[in-house]
Amino acid sequence: MIIRSKKASNISSSEITPPEIYLGRRRFIRDAGLGLATLALGGTTLTAEIAGQSQEIPARFRNLKSELGEELNSYRDITTYNNFYEFGTDKRDPSRNSGEFEPQPWTVSIEGHVNKPGNYELDDLLAPVTMEDRIYRLRCVEAWSMVIPWYGFPLAELIKRVEPTGNAKFVRFETVHRPEQMPYQKTGVLPWPYVEGLRIDEAMHPLTTLVTGIYGTELPNQNGAPLRLIVPWKYGFKGIKSIVKIEFVERMPTNTWKMANSFEYGFYSNVNPEVSHPRWSQARERRLPSLFKSHETLMFNGYAEEVSHLYAGMDLHRWK
Amino acid sequence: MAMPKKFLTFTQGWTFTAGSKPHSSPGSNTMIQKHRILVCKMVIWVAALSPGAWLVAGLIFNWLGPNPIETLTHITGMTTLVLLLVTLSITPLRQITGWNGAIRLRRLLGLFSFFYALIHFNIWFVFDQVFNWRWMVEDIIERPYITVGFSAFVTLIPLALTSTKGWMRRLGIRWTKIHRGVYLAATLGVIHYYWLVKADVRLPLLLAFCLSVLLIYRVPGWLEKRRRTIERSHGSNIN
Repeated sequence: MIIRSKKASNISSSEITPPEIYLGRRRFIRDAGLGLATLALGGTTLTAEIAGQSQEIPARFRNLKSELGEELNSYRDITTYNNFYEFGTDKRDPSRNSGEFEPQPWTVSIEGHVNKPGNYELDDLLAPVTMEDRIYRLRCVEAWSMVIPWYGFPLAELIKRVEPTGNAKFVRFETVHRPEQMPYQKTGVLPWPYVEGLRIDEAMHPLTTLVTGIYGTELPNQNGAPLRLIVPWKYGFKGIKSIVKIEFVERMPTNTWKMANSFEYGFYSNVNPEVSHPRWSQARERRLPSLFKSHETLMFNGYAEEVSHLYAGMDLHRWK
Repeated sequence: MAMPKKFLTFTQGWTFTAGSKPHSSPGSNTMIQKHRILVCKMVIWVAALSPGAWLVAGLIFNWLGPNPIETLTHITGMTTLVLLLVTLSITPLRQITGWNGAIRLRRLLGLFSFFYALIHFNIWFVFDQVFNWRWMVEDIIERPYITVGFSAFVTLIPLALTSTKGWMRRLGIRWTKIHRGVYLAATLGVIHYYWLVKADVRLPLLLAFCLSVLLIYRVPGWLEKRRRTIERSHGSNIN
């Protein structure tokens, strides 16, 4: 993976600085960083046209590739082809039906076996962290994939700050429940709210990222604004969106897809070309925008070197 | 129970005269009949080709989204099933309205359904299996929803091939028996759809409901026919 970091302020000062000021400062620092990148590349910003609205994309993304030399998917692809069942089951539904969703203000409840539980304003959570661009492959369980430049910070940073106790063996995440803004939460297509989980060592892994943006810009509603999870070696559905609750628990939580169909979906859901979905092979994928499903799927989605030690001695055919 | 008997007479009527010329009725009536069928056929051509036209336009103008193959696969599959159900509703329609001419629309609808099934299969073979026969055979063997979908497609092939008037005449009463395969194909097709959906099964269930109504509607007729056949064979034994 490619990680580009820009140091934000190290002062954790949510108590002494009003949100608009430190938010402004973070923006200033980020923009200063961008300015340098723009100068260095000698270019202007790139623009993506989405439904008549243009989205400015920082020029640092021009010609950027993944560590395997893979092209990035376009802003348009990433924001118009989404699985976010709260807004509909068709891939185009989230971009069409999420306009009413309000990602600000946002509070995240941290609960369970931690020394510092509580309701945290998102801005307070973000204030002290170092934001980074992370270019990851996203492999959907449906056998398509993209390469996406996320913008966020390691989940581990947040976990360390809330000080989990020895009983915190797993982390359980929950998506917001707002049927009035998320139309499909009025249906029973999945049990709501959406729940996901990680083992604590998976959650602490440096690749595991809490995401607030793509292409260096604000995360659109259809991609899980304002805060989502990305675990690049696992199938996409592990990347829970619009997170309002992070709970530290002792026992393995039951994630939504496992709840909906435990025969087909498990807790771990690591990308594994050797373990088929009961209904289709996982050996190949369609790397969008390619038309052909001919891209070979890599063990742990190509991150085996970084993460395979987490599963040493585990039978991955059994622990799906 | 006068109604079912009446229906049955109709059914046998078209079955045995399927290959022959339409019933001749008094002149002006025939004209109206022909006109009506022509209009219906034109409507079917336009309606059945419109999903295909929409897809072709979508490919040209790039409005099928980042994964056009998925859209192509879904829409051609869906159109196959809907047309198959419309085909199966011709007989009830005919019996309920008493308009026998409806039967002359059935082949066109069935062939359009097969046309979309053929495209659906080929998209899968070309873009999902990438012309790889080994992968294709593996998938057909190992993935039940593909096994079922492929079986539905294979079931439709002989029906499409023997849909001409020539084959109707040559096969006679066997033609009717062979074409009962359409019930199997439709059932397999709906199961295929139900199995491939991840969570939102409302649409496949709607199609399954429609198919059930269309099949259940036919049950009294089948039972009546069976009863008659048994009676007839009893009669011949006594004689």
